[in-house]
This record gives sequence, C-alpha cells and structure tokens, in this order.
Amino acid sequence: MPNANTRVAYRNARLLDPASGLDQTGTLLTEGAKIADFGPSLFNDGVPEGIEVVDLGGQCLAPGLVDMRVLIGEPGEEEKDTIKSASRAAVAGGITAMALLPNTDPVTDEVASLEFIARRAREVRLVKVFAYAAATRGTEGNEITEMGLLSRAGAVAFTDGTKTIASAKAMRRALSYAKTFDKLIVQHPEEPSLASGGMMNSGERATRLGLVGIPREAEIIMIERDLRLLELSGGRLHFAHISTGESVDLIRNAKRRGLKVTCDTAPHYFALTETDVGDYRTFAKVSPPLRGEMDRRAIVEGLADGTIDAIASDHNPQDQDQKRLPFAQAAFGVIGLETLFPLTLELVHKGAMPLLEALACVTVKPAEILGLPLGRIAGGAPADLVAFDLDVPWKVDVDTFKSKSKNSPFEDRPVQGRPLRTIVDGRTVWQFEG
Amino acid sequence: MTGSPHNLTIFPHRHLLGIEGLTAGEITTILDLADGYVEQNRQPSKKSLLLDGRTIVNLFFENSTRTRTSFELAGKRLGADVINMSSDGSSVKKGETLIDTAMTLNAMHLDALVVRHADSGAVKLLADKVNCSVINAGDGHHEHPTQGLLDALAIRRRLGHLEGLIVAICGDILHSRVARSNIHLLNAMGARVRVVAPPTLIPSQIDRLGVEIHHSMATGLRDADVVMMLRLQTERMSGQYIPSTREYFYFYGLDYEKLSVAKPHAVVMHPGPMNRGVEIDSEVADDLKRSMILDQVELGVAVRMAVLDLLTRERRCANA
Repeated sequence: MPNANTRVAYRNARLLDPASGLDQTGTLLTEGAKIADFGPSLFNDGVPEGIEVVDLGGQCLAPGLVDMRVLIGEPGEEEKDTIKSASRAAVAGGITAMALLPNTDPVTDEVASLEFIARRAREVRLVKVFAYAAATRGTEGNEITEMGLLSRAGAVAFTDGTKTIASAKAMRRALSYAKTFDKLIVQHPEEPSLASGGMMNSGERATRLGLVGIPREAEIIMIERDLRLLELSGGRLHFAHISTGESVDLIRNAKRRGLKVTCDTAPHYFALTETDVGDYRTFAKVSPPLRGEMDRRAIVEGLADGTIDAIASDHNPQDQDQKRLPFAQAAFGVIGLETLFPLTLELVHKGAMPLLEALACVTVKPAEILGLPLGRIAGGAPADLVAFDLDVPWKVDVDTFKSKSKNSPFEDRPVQGRPLRTIVDGRTVWQFEG
Repeated sequence: MTGSPHNLTIFPHRHLLGIEGLTAGEITTILDLADGYVEQNRQPSKKSLLLDGRTIVNLFFENSTRTRTSFELAGKRLGADVINMSSDGSSVKKGETLIDTAMTLNAMHLDALVVRHADSGAVKLLADKVNCSVINAGDGHHEHPTQGLLDALAIRRRLGHLEGLIVAICGDILHSRVARSNIHLLNAMGARVRVVAPPTLIPSQIDRLGVEIHHSMATGLRDADVVMMLRLQTERMSGQYIPSTREYFYFYGLDYEKLSVAKPHAVVMHPGPMNRGVEIDSEVADDLKRSMILDQVELGVAVRMAVLDLLTRERRCANA
C-alpha cells in the first residue's frame, strides 16, 4: 500500500468511465489507494503543494481491466506461468484484477488452496488476484464443494473451469446450493460426449485436414440444458467463452425472460476463425474451437447489443512441449493477458462498438458479474487505473511478453492502442518503456 | 532409365504431403513417369542407378507392411540405400518428440524421408523441420497421396482415362486418408466422385470437397465406372459408428448383386488390407476381370519410384 496520504494528480487525462458514461478531459486525484476526486475543472487553478503530478498529455485514463478468466500453472505447472509471471503479464496488459480458474494441481477446491493463492498474490503485489473455487470436488463433476466455507475464504465464484459440469444433477445442485451464498456458477458450456476426441470446429476445414471435429451443437446443447436448469433451480449462471451465434440467441432470449444469466467471450472468438488453424497451427487450438465467419460475426453482434456482457482473456499458457506436437496431441489454449486490451480496442477501431461500451466489457461489467467493487472511476473507489494510448499502431511481438509461455495465435498481428501505465491501489505497478 | 538428371522436368514441390494443391498437369507428370517405371519393373533386371548413393529413410510410426515394403522396393529399384525405422525400434517410444526426431534425421543427411504417422498433420510438422524431401505415406485421416496416385494410374491403365468417369468411393470415408487423397485427385482430373456410406461414416460437409453423398449402394453405384472399397478402420473408431459388421456387410458390403447396377465394365478397387466378408465379398475381390486389387499393388511400386525420382531431381541437378 502506498502511504495513506500519498496523493497523485493525473493531469491532462481523457477520463473514461464506462459505468457513468464519463468521457471528458480533466484531472484525476488519487489519495492513498483510493480515487479522491476527478473532473474537468479539478485543479484548474494549479495543483496544491504536496501532490505529485503526472501529466498524461491528453492520453486516456480508464478503470483498470478486470479479467475474469485466467488459467495459470501455479500450483502444479509452474513452468507454464506462475502467479508472479502472470501478474507481470497482466499489469503490462492494463489489467488490474484477474480471477484465476481452479484447474491447477491440486485443484482449488479447498480453503487451503485459496489461502495459498492469496499469500502468493500478496508477495507478488502487482495485480489484484481473485480465485474461483471448484464447483465440484476435484472438478470431477460429482459432489459439490464446501461452497460456504470457500466463499468465506474468498472464492469469487464457483466453476469447474476448463471442464464442463456435465452431470445435470450436479449442475442443478451447484446452482441451487450456491444461491445460499449468492454466488455465481460459471460454466464451460460444451457437452463432453459430443466434444470428446475433437480438435477443431466440425465442418469442411476439419474434414480437409482430417481432424476430428467438435460440432457447434456441443456448446448450444449445453447452454440450452443449463438455462432449463437455471429456470428450475434459480441462482446465477454465467457461460464462459461462448463461440456460436445460437449461443448468443439463447442467452439473449433467456435474459428477456428475466433469467439471471450472463456470459463472456474471448478475443479469439471475435478476432479469429477456424481458417486460422491453417495448416495445423496448434496455437489456434482452443476450447471451444475457433468457429466459422458467421459465428464470429454473431459474437461481435452479441457484444454490440450487450447480450455478451464481458470479454475475458481466457489466458491459458502452454509451453513448447505442449504445442510443438501433431495437432491431435497438442494442448488446447492460448495466452491472452497482454493482448486482451488491444484486441478489445480493435472492436472500437473497426467501428463495431463505441469506446465506452467496449471498455465496459473489460472493466465494470465483469466486476459486477463477480460482485467486485471494481472497474469504475468514482469518488472513494479503488484507484485501479490504466492510462493508455488509444490509437498508437503496433505489432504483437510475443518475445516482449511477460508470460512464461508464448502460445499466442496473434503474433505479428497489427493492432492499435496500448497501455502506458497501470495503477493498482494508487501505486504505479507498470509503465510502458518504449 | 538412365541416371542422367539433365533435361528433366523439375517438379515444383519439395515434398509430397498431399494431393490437395497439385494441379492436373503435375498429377499427369507423375502418372506418365510411373508408366515408364511399370515397364522397368517388368524386366528381368529391375534395378537402375538413378538414386545410386542416395539415402532414403522409411519412418513408420504406424504399423504397415505393404506400404512400407512398396516404398522400400521403390527406393531399392532406383539404386538408393533404404533404411526402415519403425516406432517400435526408434527412440520415439522413449519420449522423443517429432521435432527431436527431425533434428536427428537432419544429422544423417538424407535425400528423402517417407513418413507414416497416426496423427493428421504430423508429416507436415516433420517436413517443416527436416532438410530433405518428405513423402507422406499416410497421416491420420488426412492424406495418403501415393495411394491416390496409384489408384489413378490403375484406373487410367485399365479404362484409358480419368476425365468424366463416375467413381464411387464406398465405406469408411470418415477415417480414410485414402478417400481424401482420391477425392482431391479425381476431382482435379475431372472425374465425378461419389461417396457411399452410412451417415455415421461421412465426415462433416464433405460435399464441399466436390463429391456427391449417397447412403445406399443402389444409388451410389448406379452407372459407376469404378467402385473403390475402403477398409472399415475399426482400430481408428472411438465409439460405435455401425451396429455390427454383419449389418454393415448386408447394406454396404460389395457383392455381385450390389455391383450389378454399375456399368458392365466397372472395375473394383481396394487399398488393402481387405476385410473379406465385411466390406467386400471374396468372390468379387478375387474376380480377375473386375478386381484391380493386385494391379494396385504392382503399380504402387512404380508410382513411388516416380515420386522419388521427381522429388530428388532438383537435388540431383544441383550435384550434377
């Protein structure tokens, strides 16, 4: 924590707050770990003595990103990413809070595991680290975990992470029991019996490449089933990384019916398609698989009309040994912490979404879904901020990334906009060094 | 055949990883050259010195007798030193990755590498890392280009041409690299291709590869010039695609009755090894007037000689 009295004035900033719709040039003052004041006329007559001044030269200042879907290898597979390496990658990507999936070794299904993550995060002290706890013991899909005790220990929500809660009975129990603690269940919607053995989206490309396909229906069916269960049990349900047009339609209708359902997608589902698998590029092997162009467009529309609430990086580090393999044997997953922001801004630059709406998908909306008081510029709110250049063009260069793993399908992609400075609890934790 | 590499067409590909992407002209070049090798192979002395001093490795990660033997014979008849490596004997089983294998092979200064692997795309992965020509001898469900070429050569020699022929490819299309190579090749050469199988054995959107889909042998074989039977690849099947081989044979096994709707001169092919009584009746398989199954084996050697010849030309010219 910075000294409770440390005060910093960020002057000449384009203040952007998606929650309130603020988009004005002015000054923002942090005091200790909080936002003390902000506005177009703040300190117009000069900054008083004792306040540090940072002139942003007209660059943007927004709430730091809240990445609600991050997988790292600690504990268990530290060679892929640790809490430290992922934290460094996160702040370099403008992320000030991230939620970690429970698919570690051991699985995060015990209070002690949550305490371990919290302790490591305190030691690293860069990004705010939250943790999901498993919805079922060992993410095995059978018995529900001690949701009450895990909630008390800080579990931000419950999910089996990269695994589907496949049993309808287990899903019904999880949704129903989590209500007691007003906790969210997050589902990886994919019917395992249709997807098992699959490597990429079913269709012409998979057929040409001789790869086993995963039909879109594997996702659609699971969303349909879970929406029924949600109606039956009540509770709150969130679908992670949706990838098909029908998924968007189903969730749009469910929201109209008043169900408490939310969803996110990941940049690769609006920025890539199955053609990016090319000639067996294992960096484009993700779960759910990259879909066709019509689905990609439907995901963009779902973001634009607000059906899709959030964009999460779906960061899933895999080292060379897991990716330099025949496609069938290669692991699923891409890294995403350092590309989440520029790829979200790509939606803005392409005219698919207004800036504030795109920012909402990576700040206040995921924060609200997880029940975190983050992602806003407001008096008294945590001073978790990102200063960024909205327009600067650059090319994704994975070698400069802080993540231990380099499995990005976006290498060499021209993008626009990059973070310049990341502030967590009033403290600058990262600055761009050109 | 002489060993002189001068005045020869240079084949514009370094590797043969699949038929997809080859032009009709390139396919014809291979088939024409293979015709010559058929004659060489029928002479009392079958060996030339074209690839004298060259080294070819057959790297088979999947068991195969006939394809490996065919490649071995092809290499030896061209005078090359041919070494067989199989996954049982190599360090692959000891956890060496494909990339490591590639590096090891590079250190051996090979001229050509023939690879079979159970995973689609694995041969491409190796080809990207080795500095010799690579021939795909079958990768997963993807392609088996020399099988496609030898099938085309067999048809061309028997029926005189490929263009305009109706070819019915029957059986386990889903798991078949032979089917994919044949579809690409026959389409490139202007034949009409049908696939005939129960829906569970038809891959998604295969019609976009330019084939007609049939689920009944009665319509699929009607007026066909060529009937290509595929082996039911029970070892590749995860889960149940057909209720039983008995039921499969009843509806999709080739016998004279099902064959009767095809053209009177229609020929029957099978890439082997056959499951008699599952996808093909023994009477049909052994009918020398209809079945080209043994021709396929003979022509396989010639086609592989042609491919080895073409792919090593640039290298031979450079050293000449």
